[in-house]
Amino acid sequence: MSKLVVTAVGPVTSVQDGGRSGAQRYGLPPGGAADRLALAAGNCLVGNPPFAAAIEIGPFSTSFTVREGRVRVALTGAARSADVSGRPVSFNESCTFGDGDSLTLGVARDGTFSYLAIEGGVKGEPMFGSLAVLARAGLGSPFPRPLQAGDVLDVEAATTGAEHGIELPGQDDGPIRIVMGPQDDEFGEATGLFLGSEWKISATSDRMGYRLEGPIIEHLHGHNIVSDGTVNGSIQIPGNGQPIVLMPDRGTSGGYPKIATVMTADLGRFAQIPVGRGFRFKSVTVAEAQAEARAMADLLRTLPGRVRAVRNTDIDDALRNANIAGTAVNAFDSGTWQT
Amino acid sequence: MAAPSLAPPRLLPSGDTAITVEFCRIIDELANHRVLALDRALAEEPIEGVTETVPTYRSLLVHYDPVRIGFEELAERLSALARLPVAPATRARRWRIPVAYGGEHGIDLEDVAKTLNMTPDDIVARHAGGDYRVAMIGFTPGWSYLSGLDSSLRIPRLQSPRLLTPSGMISIGGLQAGIQCLGGPSGWRLLGRTAVRTYQLHRDPVFLLEPGDAITFYAVDGKQFAEQERAAAHGEWVAQLVTP
Repeated sequence: MSKLVVTAVGPVTSVQDGGRSGAQRYGLPPGGAADRLALAAGNCLVGNPPFAAAIEIGPFSTSFTVREGRVRVALTGAARSADVSGRPVSFNESCTFGDGDSLTLGVARDGTFSYLAIEGGVKGEPMFGSLAVLARAGLGSPFPRPLQAGDVLDVEAATTGAEHGIELPGQDDGPIRIVMGPQDDEFGEATGLFLGSEWKISATSDRMGYRLEGPIIEHLHGHNIVSDGTVNGSIQIPGNGQPIVLMPDRGTSGGYPKIATVMTADLGRFAQIPVGRGFRFKSVTVAEAQAEARAMADLLRTLPGRVRAVRNTDIDDALRNANIAGTAVNAFDSGTWQT
Repeated sequence: MAAPSLAPPRLLPSGDTAITVEFCRIIDELANHRVLALDRALAEEPIEGVTETVPTYRSLLVHYDPVRIGFEELAERLSALARLPVAPATRARRWRIPVAYGGEHGIDLEDVAKTLNMTPDDIVARHAGGDYRVAMIGFTPGWSYLSGLDSSLRIPRLQSPRLLTPSGMISIGGLQAGIQCLGGPSGWRLLGRTAVRTYQLHRDPVFLLEPGDAITFYAVDGKQFAEQERAAAHGEWVAQLVTP
């Protein structure tokens, strides 16, 4: 066993996995990673199942220190500066840190959440099949709350062998695609305003809901409906006319009309839109959204096939021990050691 | 129970992974029966691809995996199931739930009594005398929405919701009655407090109540409440299961 110590952390950084299911009828939301593709890619790089628990890192700077052995990790999701003792660390590649190494991450650029996947996953006690933190319900493991400086995570010691990289398909930066309903008939002409306007994500957003800033969307018959079930991506319009997109820690039911729902395949991309950046919605049919959902499921299933060995840590270590590491690093850069 | 003339439900997409089977848009006892009956039917004869269901007052939210079943096929099958006659629940569990009414435990009791032109004792008698059913559980873990509130207790929610209410609140809002397990924001009127935890980790079961369960309340004093709180903290149900 090794340990990963949280040495500095901002808010909204927590252990997340694929989430839990089966308890929404009791008011327990699924939780889980906001960007599932990034989580799965990170896990693939360190040989874990796609939705194993990892650390979901919010937009602020964070740092970790390794204790009692070597740890293999991979960073995915929102790009940011990342280094170990001044040596830069690449995103979408695994790397192994030794005892005492510190990983320092800067603020997120062009995104919100980065993922730190750890070989062997995070150790904890699952509830409803998940370690995902849902602070409101006192749920999550190893800590039922966001991470704090000083937290120590038990992790597997790194195995020896090659480090891996993954090529992910380029991301669409078009409008966020939505399926209208289930209560779009509560809005009439305001639907056109909703679809035709530019929106921004407010700084008051969190894993429960992203509040949007833009024109006021007026209701036809007032803003109270009899509470109705919600899904990830439900876009509800409260009394002030400013939409709220429900995220993984949402309430399982809500009393505001829902004009539309973000389609599954765009949920991760939506979750990564930084505060203050303008974006638009585009309405698609259920059939179109389901075709995209199936394509996303295919991509998730075939992620292991996209993983390539990038360099061999055993050789790395041998060279370092032989005190010719500098030469070796150059050799790696030129691709000599790539398999 | 269900007359054949009932309008068929509307099947509304909730994105690409859920269908809202909407029976009506108001709180209606019969509609809730139909929601729970469809929920039971799906539990008894699962449809491949359906991952979980969430009953509400007036609709059943059916989550599914679009890789395994498409919208059209699922909507058709749900529509056919919803047209079947509503069979009564074969197993109605009944719970008795203790409530410490008024004072520090129910800070809105006096105000509700004034607004409704009754005495606090009248309010307690009418609230505790009701026969309720868990119409749905939602919003936060264990938050149980009850139907069956005496219509004389209908009162609007607060203009401005409280940002934080304590755990275990027994409250009313509009024609709804509730058992709020966790503390949190609420615009409902707080009549009292129960030591019963409808959600408690590391207890078996974690969730005490199921949609469809019958509920009655009985009044306890502050001392009994304090004792029950201690028992609940040790994982006791505190609620009495009358008809298992």
